Amino acid sequence: MTLGAAELPYAAGGGSLGPMDFPAASAAQNGIAARSPLALFWRRFRQDRVALVSLAFIALLIVVAIAAPLVVKLLDLPGPDVQNSNLTNQFGSPLGPSLAHPFGVDQLGQDVASRVIYGTRVSLIVGLLGTAIATLLGTIVGLLAGFYGGWIDTVLSRFIDVVLAIPVLLLGLGLGAACEVRGCLDGHVHSGLGVIIFLIALVNWTYIARIVRGRVLSLREQEFVEAARSQGASGARIMLREILPNLAAPIVVYSSLLIPQNILLEAALSFLGVGVRPPTASWGQMIAAATPIFNTAWWYMVFPGVALLLTVLAFNLVGDGLQDALNPRTAR
Amino acid sequence: MTRYVLRRILWGILLLILVSALTFVLFRILPTAEPARLRAGQNASPRVIAELRVDLGLNKPLITQFWLYMKGLFLHGELGYSYHSGASVRSLIFNRLPATLSLTIGAMVIWMAIGLPIGILSALRRRSRADRASMGVALLFISAPEYWLGLIALYLFAADIGQIRVFPGAGSYVGLTEDPWKWFTSLILPWLVLAAGFAAVYARVMRGSLIETMSEDYIRTARAKGLPERRVVLRHGVRAAITPIMTIFALDVGVLLGGAVLVETVFDIPGIGRLNYDAITHADFPIIQGTVLLAALFIIVANILVDIAYAYLDPRVRYS
Amino acid sequence: MIATGDPSVPTDDPLLRVEDLRVSFSTEDGAVKALDGISYELERGRTLGIVGESGSGKTVAALSVLGLTRADGALLSGRISFAGRDLLTLSEGELRAIRGNQIAMVFQDPLSSLHPQYRVGAQIVEAIRAHQSLTKAKARAHAIELLGLVDIPDPARRVDAYPHELSGGQRQRVMIAMALANDPELLIADEPTTALDVTVQAQILALLARLQRERAMALVLVTHDLGVVAEMADDIAVMYAGEIVEQAPAERIFTAPEHPYTWGLLRSIPTLDGPREQELTPIPGSPSSPLAPPSGCRFHPRCPYAQPEHARTEPALLPVPGQPDHRVACLLAPEERRRLWRELA
Repeated sequence: MTLGAAELPYAAGGGSLGPMDFPAASAAQNGIAARSPLALFWRRFRQDRVALVSLAFIALLIVVAIAAPLVVKLLDLPGPDVQNSNLTNQFGSPLGPSLAHPFGVDQLGQDVASRVIYGTRVSLIVGLLGTAIATLLGTIVGLLAGFYGGWIDTVLSRFIDVVLAIPVLLLGLGLGAACEVRGCLDGHVHSGLGVIIFLIALVNWTYIARIVRGRVLSLREQEFVEAARSQGASGARIMLREILPNLAAPIVVYSSLLIPQNILLEAALSFLGVGVRPPTASWGQMIAAATPIFNTAWWYMVFPGVALLLTVLAFNLVGDGLQDALNPRTAR
Repeated sequence: MTRYVLRRILWGILLLILVSALTFVLFRILPTAEPARLRAGQNASPRVIAELRVDLGLNKPLITQFWLYMKGLFLHGELGYSYHSGASVRSLIFNRLPATLSLTIGAMVIWMAIGLPIGILSALRRRSRADRASMGVALLFISAPEYWLGLIALYLFAADIGQIRVFPGAGSYVGLTEDPWKWFTSLILPWLVLAAGFAAVYARVMRGSLIETMSEDYIRTARAKGLPERRVVLRHGVRAAITPIMTIFALDVGVLLGGAVLVETVFDIPGIGRLNYDAITHADFPIIQGTVLLAALFIIVANILVDIAYAYLDPRVRYS
Repeated sequence: MIATGDPSVPTDDPLLRVEDLRVSFSTEDGAVKALDGISYELERGRTLGIVGESGSGKTVAALSVLGLTRADGALLSGRISFAGRDLLTLSEGELRAIRGNQIAMVFQDPLSSLHPQYRVGAQIVEAIRAHQSLTKAKARAHAIELLGLVDIPDPARRVDAYPHELSGGQRQRVMIAMALANDPELLIADEPTTALDVTVQAQILALLARLQRERAMALVLVTHDLGVVAEMADDIAVMYAGEIVEQAPAERIFTAPEHPYTWGLLRSIPTLDGPREQELTPIPGSPSSPLAPPSGCRFHPRCPYAQPEHARTEPALLPVPGQPDHRVACLLAPEERRRLWRELA
């Protein structure tokens, strides 16, 4: 073999330095195990202790929410709507924290701790269910828009723009108020939990849809989709089998960031009086009820707020942990 | 560039039309309650209600009502009349605008001045104790409901009821022209409370964005040119990292200009948000509808401005 | 020439001398030794080609000269002498005075290496004004001159273009112009043509060769492509797994290579004049992981001539008998190697 230096083609791609062994094989020979992206994701997430603690806290909250009556009985507290007008001091304002009522009572004599515990139900239902619905909707829309492109994409994207132009809180206020007087849709829907969940789904799906659409657009161009198509897979099959699994991680991450926002949104709407109605206990509504007397009866305002703070914080920390596990390059 | 601007503006107008149609559906068609009955009040006789129906044009077919509504809105800026007071919604809103503007602009200045530098410094000193501390505090402020923070702030610092009487309490807002000093002091607590959550968000976003930018190749080139590190960070890093901030900034300002309902309610500031809150207790739909439209207008305009600024800052965008 | 070096240094000393340079990074999987003791010298006006595959450490070698690995938390030891000073002992400020000034760099991907939001002229002007006190107008004029120097057509107009408005080749020319802004004595080019089209590659290399001649500039050319260095380099250093395994004047690398890895590189290049049915002969195996390099001679797992004791002893970089300029790190006996090469060639 002769090698005239002048004849070496510059374009030879340089020295081809060996057949492309699968990284797993050569890595194994060096003693380092290869991992799938999902396994890497969980491994990184498990290393985030703060996120794990928060996840445990959330699990605890879920248990408390489901077993609220049991918890209340265990702690020897009265029920959340048990009113007792005797529990006031000499000025007529409610009593503060005591052994019998660790978080004090409100103006109606209801036990605050009990109401805080029951309030977990509302927050979690709204946060988890509302977000789940929004995620489902958003994923479907984003998948369709991103995969089929063309006019479907244009129409759906423009529709998303319209929804995004509407102010969330005001809309919630408006709808809540509108459906309060005599209900909406011929009286079938009354304000309360149903409307809140509807609103949350209405407002949040666009956020997920945009992200899903973006990912689908880039995934669509990749070779494994081409390969599936060349094997005769139909559009639906490609979407479900090839693309959707790759969306799992970002969908989980971004929807987990929505949950705390939605919990706060429900609380805000309840605070303004258009959310969950009494006697159902909602933390936001408790803070609203506490507003006229908060300078003397601070407990009624503080404890529900702390509950909100801790719950939302826990979800935020988990969301952060998931996001770091997904994008280690930008990890905190 | 001008074609891009024109396209954005045209789309904005179309968007506004669509949103107006959507609000019509939401506030006229969805609720079961009859506008005439609401306007007439609790104890009105059926005859009065019937007369009102004709006055308000409610006996016409829905399509006609819709057409009249859109025409009135776009040609005359007609936003209807309050069910409760009969006053023109437009005038009510304009009266309340200065308070909302004061609150929004002041908070905006504070949150940008605090949030961005903290975000930048945290990105540069990643994983240091200062970084962890500031991000931890930021997360706390994001997780706390702002009206709750407002109540706590009042409980601690309000002149009338607080533990440490420093700032004026709720309800002490006066217009800028009436008494500048009182205007200023009455807004300090609301500004801080409103800015706290936003500053936290912006610090986090800035931090994430800058961390990502600083790992780009052009940062390495800038250093290889021998540039001072401050210039590399600000002119090359932050300059590129600032774009996501602008997008959320536009949206946030747009939403707030429609009325920061929660803070205005807690501090009893006579802004658009407060107007909304009061309207709710009276089921005063025209006001709610009007404010929603106004807020949507602000959001649309803000988005257009941001798109234009984006195209100006990042020349690659102009070709899309 | 903007000189801040020591004028008392005699000019027949090499411009750049790297001695036993070691660079390691700490990652979540452990310490990674990117460079494990490399040494080389470069005279003024000469070209050194550093050749290696991905993971060989060649890019880290290039970046370490200017201290650009410090930002990533690298640990460096050894000595890098430039114009009489040890660059590893300099403070960040002192290094900054040299970067873009006496030593300049050109990077692989000009699209990501240029700031997307600034015009190319502005970026060149920035490089100029970092080290010279010129007015903006004069600096801009100088920038236009530089663009003309790198054969960009209509430089007075192109100076206001954004990077994405130029072609790949033009962008790389801009990077070169920017690197030359302050008349450097040494230019380090890290894979300058890898991201470019084939035809453009040749143009850029010719440009670099011409500029180097005109300015008597030293050039370090880092690449994975032997074809690139064949024309350009005076000396070539072949890197593998963080070490230099062979170092010699260019023609000797191609006519009388001593290291089995170099043989593999040469043999795996397809040639235009060989028989069509001739199979490509790749080097078996894949590059070693920097986390867990093989014991003894790092190449032994892939070397067809490896002996059992090669897994135990690390070869030193020693001169080939009779050729003081030619060094190789191989445990095979020199006569053995010569015989093997004669069989292969």
